[in-house]
Amino acid sequence: MPYSDTLLDQTKALAAILAWLVKLFEWFGNLALFCGRLIRSAVLPPYEIREFVHQFDELGSKSLPLVALAGAATGVVLTLSTRDSLIRFGAKSFLPAVVIFSIIKESGPIITALVVSGRAAAGIGAELGAMKVTEQVDAMEASAVDPYKFLVATRVLACMLMLPLLTLVADFFGILMGWLANTAAEPISLQLFIHAGFKNVTFNDFLPATLKTIVFGLLIGVISCFQGMNARGGTQGVERAATNSVVLASLLIILADVLLVRLILVFFS
Amino acid sequence: MPTKGAKPDSKKGTPPVQVQSLSKSFGNQVVLKEISLEVGPGETLAVLGRSGTGKSVLLKLIIGLHKPESGSIRVNGEDVTKLKMKELNEVRKKVGFLFQQAALYDSLTIEENVGFPLRRHFSMSDEESRKRVRELLASVGMEKDAHKLPGELSGGMQKRVGLARALALEPDIMLFDEPTAGLDPITAAEIDDLILRLQKERHMSSVVVTHDIHSARAVSDRVALMRDGQLLIEGTFEDLQKSRDPFVMRFLDGS
Repeated sequence: MPYSDTLLDQTKALAAILAWLVKLFEWFGNLALFCGRLIRSAVLPPYEIREFVHQFDELGSKSLPLVALAGAATGVVLTLSTRDSLIRFGAKSFLPAVVIFSIIKESGPIITALVVSGRAAAGIGAELGAMKVTEQVDAMEASAVDPYKFLVATRVLACMLMLPLLTLVADFFGILMGWLANTAAEPISLQLFIHAGFKNVTFNDFLPATLKTIVFGLLIGVISCFQGMNARGGTQGVERAATNSVVLASLLIILADVLLVRLILVFFS
Repeated sequence: MPTKGAKPDSKKGTPPVQVQSLSKSFGNQVVLKEISLEVGPGETLAVLGRSGTGKSVLLKLIIGLHKPESGSIRVNGEDVTKLKMKELNEVRKKVGFLFQQAALYDSLTIEENVGFPLRRHFSMSDEESRKRVRELLASVGMEKDAHKLPGELSGGMQKRVGLARALALEPDIMLFDEPTAGLDPITAAEIDDLILRLQKERHMSSVVVTHDIHSARAVSDRVALMRDGQLLIEGTFEDLQKSRDPFVMRFLDGS
C-alpha cells in the first residue's frame, strides 16, 4: 500500500475517533445540564406530590412481582449451588449464613436493581420518548407546567425511594426460597435457618447494602428520563430511547456497584 | 375587534405579539432569517409557507420553547427571549397553543387533558374544575366524549379537545400550528368555523401557521408568506393576490 494511502487511512481513523470523543463529551455535557435542571426542579416548590405518589405506586406495583420472582429464584439457585460446594468442604452448617449474607449484601440489591432497570427504565424511556416525539412535553411546557418537575423529578424520586423497598422484598423471597430449597434436600425449621443465618449479621452488613440501591434508583431514573426527554425521530427514536435506557442503566448499575462495594468495605467494615 | 385587513394600531398600545429581526438555526441549518412581524389586539395573522420553512419553529419561539440566535420576541410587552423560567411561565399562561397533532396527553382522558392546566394553575375544587372543563368541552362540541382517551378520537376531534385545553387558562393570545392539517375538507371547515367563533367570543389575538390557503383566508385578518426562513410578503389576502412575485403566484395557484 502506498505511503499516502496509509496516511489518509490514519487521518480518517483519527478524525473518526475525535468525532466520537466530541460526541461523548457532548453527551456528558447534556447529561450534566439535564441533572442541573432536574435538581432545580426537584428542590424548588411547588412540589408535584400527587404525581410522585402515582409514580411511586406505578413503579412499585408493576415491579413487585418480577422482583419477588427474581429474588426467589436467586435464593433457590444460591442455596442449591452453595450447598453442593459446602458439602465438599465439610462446611454444610454454614449454609444459612452464606445464603443470607450473600442475599442481603449483594444478590438482593443487584438483582433488584437489574430487574427494575429492565422493567422500569425501558418503560420510562419509552413513555417519555413517546411524549417527546408527539409534542406532549412541549404542550406541557407551553401550558406553563415544568415537565422536569412533573415528569422527571417525580420519576427519579420514585425510583430512588422504591428501590430499597423492593430490595427488602427480594431479600425476603430470596431467604424464604433459600430455606425451602434447603429443606427439600434436608429438612430444617425456618426458625433455625433464620437464627443460624442472622447470628452474625449486623446493621453494617444490612443497611449500607440495602441503601446503596438508592444510587441504583437514581441511575435508573436519571438515565431513562434523560434518554426519553432527548428522544428524536418518531417511533425509531422512542425505541432507541427505551433500549438505551435499559442498556446504559444496567451497565452503570454494575459499574456503580463496584465502587459502592469498595466504599462500603472501607467505611463499614 | 378590528375588521379584516386592518393593520395593528400602535396608538392603541403595544401589539400583543411583536417579533423583531428573529433568526434561528438548528446546527448548520438556518431555519429563520431576520423575521419581523406584529399582531395587533384582537387581530389574526396567518403565516403561510411550504412545509419546512420554519413556520412551526416561529410559533415555538414565540412561546419560548426554543431560544433564538438573535432578535427579540415581545409577548404582551415582555421579551420572552430574556425572561427567567418563572417569568416565562407567567407569560405562557396568557398564551394558548394548539399543536399540529393536538399533542393530547395520551394516558389521560379528554376531561383530564382539559383539566390539566386548570388543576395546576388555579386553586379550584374538583367540582369547580369539572364544571369548567365541561364548559370548555361544550364550547368545542366535545362534552359527550369527556371520558374517552385521545386514541379513541378522530384527528378533528383531537384538534377540538386540543383547542379546549389551550383555552383553559383563558389566554389573550392563541397560536395555532396547522389547525387543519391532515383533516378532510368538511372537518377542516368546521375547525375554521370554530376558530372564528371563538375569536369573536373571546377577542383574542391569534397567529395561525398553515399551508392551507382556504383556512388562512377564512380565519385571518392579515397573511404573511414565508419562503426559505424569510418573510416574502405581508398584507391582506387581496395584497397577496395582486402580487406578481412568481413564488406568491405559484403558492396561490397551487391551492
